Amino acid sequence: MTTTEKPDYKVIGTRPIRPDGVEKVTGKALYGADIHLPDLVQGAVLRSPHAHARILSIDTSAAEAMPGVLAVVTHSDLPVVADKVLDMGEGASTASDMSKNVLAADKALYRGHAVAGVAATNVHDALTAIEAIKVEYEVLPPVLNVQDAMRDDAPLLDESRHSKTPTGEESENASNVAAHNRFEGGDVEAAYAEADVVVEREFDTKMVHQGYIEPHNGTANWNSDGTLTVWTSTQGAFAVRGALAELLQLPVSRIRVIPMEIGGGFGGKIGVYLEPVAALLSRKCGRPVQLTMDRTDVFQATGPTSGGHMKGKIAVKDGKITAAEVSLAFEAGAFPGSPVMAGAMCMLSPYEVENFKVDAYDVVVNKPKVAAYRAPGAPNASFCVEQLIDELARETGADPLQFRLDNSAHEGTRMITGVAHPRIGQEETVQAAQASDHYQSPIEGPNRGRGVAGGFWFNAGMQSSVVASVNPDGTVNLIEGSTDIGGTRASLAMQLAETLGIEYDSVRPTVVDTDSVGHNDVTGGSRTAYASGQAVYEAGLDIQQQMVARAAQLWECEAEDVEYADGGLRHTSDSEKAMTFAELAGKQMETGGPLQGRGSVVARSPGAAFGVHVVDVEVDPDTGKVDILRYTIAQDVGTAVHPAYVEGQMQGGVVQGIGWALNEEYYYGEDGRMENASFLDYRMPTSLDLPMIDTIIVEVPNPGHPYGVRGVGEVPIVPPLAAIANAVHDATGHRFTELPISPRRVVEELHNLQ
Amino acid sequence: MKEIDYLAPSSLGEAYAALQNGKTSAFLAGGTDIIVQLREGRKEVDQLIDVKHIPELVSYAWTDDGGLVIGASVPFAEIYEDDEIVRRLPCVIDCATLVGGIQIQSRACFGGNIGNSGPAADTVPALIALGATLTLGSADGTRDLPLEDFFTGPGQNVLGPGELIITINIPPQPANSGSFFHRFIPRNEMDIAVVNVGARIDLDASGDRIEGARISVGAVAPVPLFVAAAGDALVGETPTEDSFARAADIAAEAATPITDMRGSIAQRVHLTRVLTYRALDRALERAREA
Repeated sequence: MTTTEKPDYKVIGTRPIRPDGVEKVTGKALYGADIHLPDLVQGAVLRSPHAHARILSIDTSAAEAMPGVLAVVTHSDLPVVADKVLDMGEGASTASDMSKNVLAADKALYRGHAVAGVAATNVHDALTAIEAIKVEYEVLPPVLNVQDAMRDDAPLLDESRHSKTPTGEESENASNVAAHNRFEGGDVEAAYAEADVVVEREFDTKMVHQGYIEPHNGTANWNSDGTLTVWTSTQGAFAVRGALAELLQLPVSRIRVIPMEIGGGFGGKIGVYLEPVAALLSRKCGRPVQLTMDRTDVFQATGPTSGGHMKGKIAVKDGKITAAEVSLAFEAGAFPGSPVMAGAMCMLSPYEVENFKVDAYDVVVNKPKVAAYRAPGAPNASFCVEQLIDELARETGADPLQFRLDNSAHEGTRMITGVAHPRIGQEETVQAAQASDHYQSPIEGPNRGRGVAGGFWFNAGMQSSVVASVNPDGTVNLIEGSTDIGGTRASLAMQLAETLGIEYDSVRPTVVDTDSVGHNDVTGGSRTAYASGQAVYEAGLDIQQQMVARAAQLWECEAEDVEYADGGLRHTSDSEKAMTFAELAGKQMETGGPLQGRGSVVARSPGAAFGVHVVDVEVDPDTGKVDILRYTIAQDVGTAVHPAYVEGQMQGGVVQGIGWALNEEYYYGEDGRMENASFLDYRMPTSLDLPMIDTIIVEVPNPGHPYGVRGVGEVPIVPPLAAIANAVHDATGHRFTELPISPRRVVEELHNLQ
Repeated sequence: MKEIDYLAPSSLGEAYAALQNGKTSAFLAGGTDIIVQLREGRKEVDQLIDVKHIPELVSYAWTDDGGLVIGASVPFAEIYEDDEIVRRLPCVIDCATLVGGIQIQSRACFGGNIGNSGPAADTVPALIALGATLTLGSADGTRDLPLEDFFTGPGQNVLGPGELIITINIPPQPANSGSFFHRFIPRNEMDIAVVNVGARIDLDASGDRIEGARISVGAVAPVPLFVAAAGDALVGETPTEDSFARAADIAAEAATPITDMRGSIAQRVHLTRVLTYRALDRALERAREA
């Protein structure tokens, strides 16, 4: 569905084969664990068996004396680092927290927290050696949810940490609340007093993991000249380089990070876990060291996203939302840095809300430090807000989509941050969902219900840099530094081909290491197709300009008399003078030498993304099992560069949202052990648990991008949690305010089981 | 993970000798449980004894009286691809097609699922409902016992140190009899049963009166349960919603489950009732088709 007149693009909007496709489907693509180097040795990591414990001593002597063992490292091998904030692109942390997360210092703060690393001639020796490391722990009571953590008498993860309060001061007493922020506007109390309907509820969500297929890995070679080379699976090679520079106190110029193919990230492969440990081990033993995680490590010791507790109260008068008061408390895991602020800033952004009071608490608990996960914070917060909106629509007798449309934000509407929306597609997206065949078809049958929900995500801009080299045969090598997770080699090559007016197949994109291209921020925040796309566009314009100058030189005329059009050069007044792109590409030597275009941007206008989801479910009243019968997603994508990948992102976000809604959770025992740290019991949806997910592409171009591109990848995970809860309510009459809406929870609720 | 010896005896005699060489052993048939357990450090042994090269363990055959004897190492895929078993013992197919995916089913076997002795083992309630027995063998000879008497706790069974499972023996089924097995899992695939139930109903010639019934429930106790009382309560009854509901109640009363990441006590007791009722209903359908 196109909501506006779209320019007549030649490449954008087509569905070509991805450049990395053949290597991947034939198993030839190289991932991090495929790296084999001369003298490579394997490592293993000793992890804390306790969720919360003081480390009294670590004795590595027995392990060091074992056959095959080459090096053992602990936190004491890391340099002391300052409390400097490291912005990793999607989530920030201080260097000292990151250092303590990489290898535990005085305390182990979650089960699986790395305590020591070993390198040995083979992995079996390394695994045997870690068992020989003697760690003396003083076991402390774990804190496993935000409500317990916020109690005055809660055990403290860090006795020296005080809360940052909304006024910017520090709390008097030490606290597990790392930060409390507030957004306030208008007068909520006055609005409640005049309201027709006010609904108020509390909600709870559990910690969940991104569930990428490829476990983390890191291979490091500390050369004798003091330079460090790292091969890893990451969303951002430059973010890894920056983190390693801080953690190891090395200049960035000494570190080269080589990004391998990535088997999924979803935000979880931005931080560093194994890379610094492998680097320290390599420095000690003088050989390249490889570390890999197994699935249990991935669950227990990487960066899932927060669970939390939420309270919401929303008022309506004459069909309009007049006030919203929401309090969010999110688990940060062992160190501060939950996405609670992002959730707070997203959840009300699809709507006009004049009076609001939003509190956001970042709370540390004895669980792994959270990382970004696809629109971090927004799905949880929308689980709260979009259920309350559903309830308000019901109570006022309104159609839930019409209610959302009547309250929709539009250009000029201020978000709770005070920032006004530029041109956005919220209204068009709701209308697209209303007009869908799905929404127009009645849902019939017992135990069936329909739910809808909306969602918002900012999208990110940040820095990107590319170089495009013109080959003499008229093709172009595109050198870029953005990890390709969602098909960005293709979508960037397409944007360059569009800019130059050449064929998609004439552009060969390559993702290179940190020594080989300018700085690129992470592939995250749905920024790559947008921001790297803008860099690619600029590189294309750069080539155009140089080609115009060269054509003028060949034709002995002024540059003003030459124009670049339709993939070639022509003289504006002499129709005899024309050259194709390839013809001029073949004359590089005689026109000034190799031709390269450059594009470097700080992209500042990422158009926000809106999505509206419609879902039908059937609930088995005897077993509590929820089946997804039909799912339709409408989303404003700005301009769909490669519609198949856009649809794939939309469907993928929904699938992860369905898993989050129905079955996924970190299931903890009282001792702080995650009891389901395997794909068997973590229960992500399989293909048999999903219907075909229908997609409606809405295109309201982003005025901040030459082709109108908006980020696509994150917003589709925002609405499913609430949409499914709303559908289950429609089917059963029961409102589920706690995730997951698992068969256990449903059957216990429907049959009042204890 | 330490080094492990691998032995592949080609006869029962060689297998018995391997079991008596003084080392701790585990059997390797499909390997779908044991390899994972060894890799994750949940089990430690000196040697793996591959039982896929012993003729008695890798073949199956119908007996003269209509029973089926299945070698312990015969992979599920071989069983469910046999049209005659599909036709005559659909309840065996119910469970053989549920364990794992196609790759797993091409290696995994009844002997492994039984020997692993998990309380939620998917083949066990089906086989107990069918009245299966096991033939165990050791250097001292063989012995037969009802399948329901094999298990002693989670991962525990009556196998002696020098003993192995040779065959699973399914007796001839009565005329006018039907059996059904199913399980409840939160997803539609790739999961361990929260509860699983096998049921058999034997009707009289008129089809209106129940002459016998066997009900077995898994994942609700330390061992798979044979709830004889639930089946006995149906003897002499007509197959109705009421009689099935009573039997389902008895099965639920026998359940003593735990709460863990796969389900709660209350959920499992409730599901025992729901699944038993539904299993009886489907078994009845099959009995009437027979």
